Amino acid sequence: MGLTITEKIFSSSVEKEVHAGEMVTSKIDYSLVNDITGPLAVMEFEKIAKKVWDSNKVVIVLDHFTPNKDIKSAGNCKMLREFARKQGIKHFYEGGNVGIEHELLPEKGIARPGLVMVGADSHTCTYGGLGAFSTGIGSTETAAVWATGELWFRVPETFRFKVHGTLRKWVTGKDVILKIIGEIGVDGALYKAMEFAGDAVKEMTLAQRLTMCNMAVEAGAKSGIVEPDYKTLLYVKQHSTLPYKIFKSDPDAVYEKEFEFDGRQIESMVAAPHLPSNVKPASSFSDVEVDQVVIGSCTNGRYEDLEVAAEILKGRKVAGGVRMIVVPATPSIYKQAMTEGLLKIFMDAGGIISPPTCGPCLGGHMGILAEGETCIATTNRNFVGRMGHSRSKVYLASPATAAASAVKGKITDPRNI
Amino acid sequence: MEDKIEAVVYKCKDNVDTDVIIPARYLSSTDASELGKHAMEDYDKEFSNVPHEIIVAGKNFGCGSSREHAPIALKAAGVKVVIAKSFARIFFRNSINLGLPVIVCKDAGKLDGKIAVHLQTGEIIAPGEIIRFPPFTGEIKEILDAGGLVAFIKAKKAKV
Repeated sequence: MGLTITEKIFSSSVEKEVHAGEMVTSKIDYSLVNDITGPLAVMEFEKIAKKVWDSNKVVIVLDHFTPNKDIKSAGNCKMLREFARKQGIKHFYEGGNVGIEHELLPEKGIARPGLVMVGADSHTCTYGGLGAFSTGIGSTETAAVWATGELWFRVPETFRFKVHGTLRKWVTGKDVILKIIGEIGVDGALYKAMEFAGDAVKEMTLAQRLTMCNMAVEAGAKSGIVEPDYKTLLYVKQHSTLPYKIFKSDPDAVYEKEFEFDGRQIESMVAAPHLPSNVKPASSFSDVEVDQVVIGSCTNGRYEDLEVAAEILKGRKVAGGVRMIVVPATPSIYKQAMTEGLLKIFMDAGGIISPPTCGPCLGGHMGILAEGETCIATTNRNFVGRMGHSRSKVYLASPATAAASAVKGKITDPRNI
Repeated sequence: MEDKIEAVVYKCKDNVDTDVIIPARYLSSTDASELGKHAMEDYDKEFSNVPHEIIVAGKNFGCGSSREHAPIALKAAGVKVVIAKSFARIFFRNSINLGLPVIVCKDAGKLDGKIAVHLQTGEIIAPGEIIRFPPFTGEIKEILDAGGLVAFIKAKKAKV
């Protein structure tokens, strides 16, 4: 009986063959916190231990409420800064070095294929796009990881999603994952690993694979994963000299469920309020006017996301009365967007450029919605009150659809630009 | 872990997410009592004024963000147990780690009015019937009995 890539990663970590359903205690390669979940982790950690198990393996990224949105947030960042200094934490990112965590960790070569990574942030599942096992945990559990360097897991069963054929122009990994979540629901893969495969996934860039794995948690999954290939290797070699391990699922691996999608039939998709599974083609929304557009987040704030948006916005204007906020996810993406002229395109169109931050996605700051306002965003959640007032609305879409909607002032399929 | 919790249930629908359990505007606080004041505020403005010691929910309770502030807020607001058809996995682990019992019960939909939950025996005494759930065992039981993961680790260390 063959093994899935996820079973192989756990087998390698615990140094014996393990299968879905088994309980394992695995060594942790990296443990991540941010400025929201970090303070609670530090408070709990200090009750049980003095030194973190490995100061090279703890990653602290001050990305959520930064640049500090209020006095309490500033206090939380200060506490984490002092903790990082005291513990000698190697990977501590703030100020001009900070980027949105799930874009920053691959870029810094921290997230690598074959590793077991945990983060006190639900979107930690993103690194599956590089062929790592990674998942979200809480702050107290993080404290236990910092004390011991280990965590228990139930090796998840895998649902495989095969996406065949070549995707249409403007249709990207974001549309595919929205389509999948729309089909299976927000608990459709509860506790499972979602493995993405097929020609369409093979043809995808690393950025799009990271986007797909990022949203696995929106289907309730423990993790998302794509088998590494030459694109993965190229990316990893460009970003790190540290070790990694390439695993692939066996041809006779056991999947709990298999799903097939025809990529050629997938259109630009939009998730309407208030669930990421409330998905319909962008073309079916005719009269949904928007007050705000957000292009960014750990889902879609990478350089190629900005490039797609710029392709649509070049020489065009954001519709009157619409605020378009563009959030390059990391300083290096910001710099590249600046030198390649993307920021000028956005500003000429009437957009606002934000520093790298999670801010608007979770209703933190840098783009909060008033009562009754509507936003189309390239983010990952559209729950009640997610981006501000409990009677505001968020629609989720790809960068192309968000940019097209900014131009028209209402939800628009990018083909109609 | 308390043995018996008796109260009128607070019923919720499917997919109650952690953004409505504790909205992001309160996440700069790490103070449990402060968080507790705002528990479920965006789900139901009346939550704090009605009985809510026992929450009974549909499927996928606690989906979304990993914020531990969510079970912290519920606990501080006086919630003693959450019974749901299913839980989102991070919320489930966070709750156990904080010593908040979370019970998976396929028949959660049937529960209404005043009930008594017996955590040690795995029984829910509801009007006219007894509904059973698998009681906590092993390490999860030990963590809940200790009052959470940190207390559990401390107790273990003290023994060594």
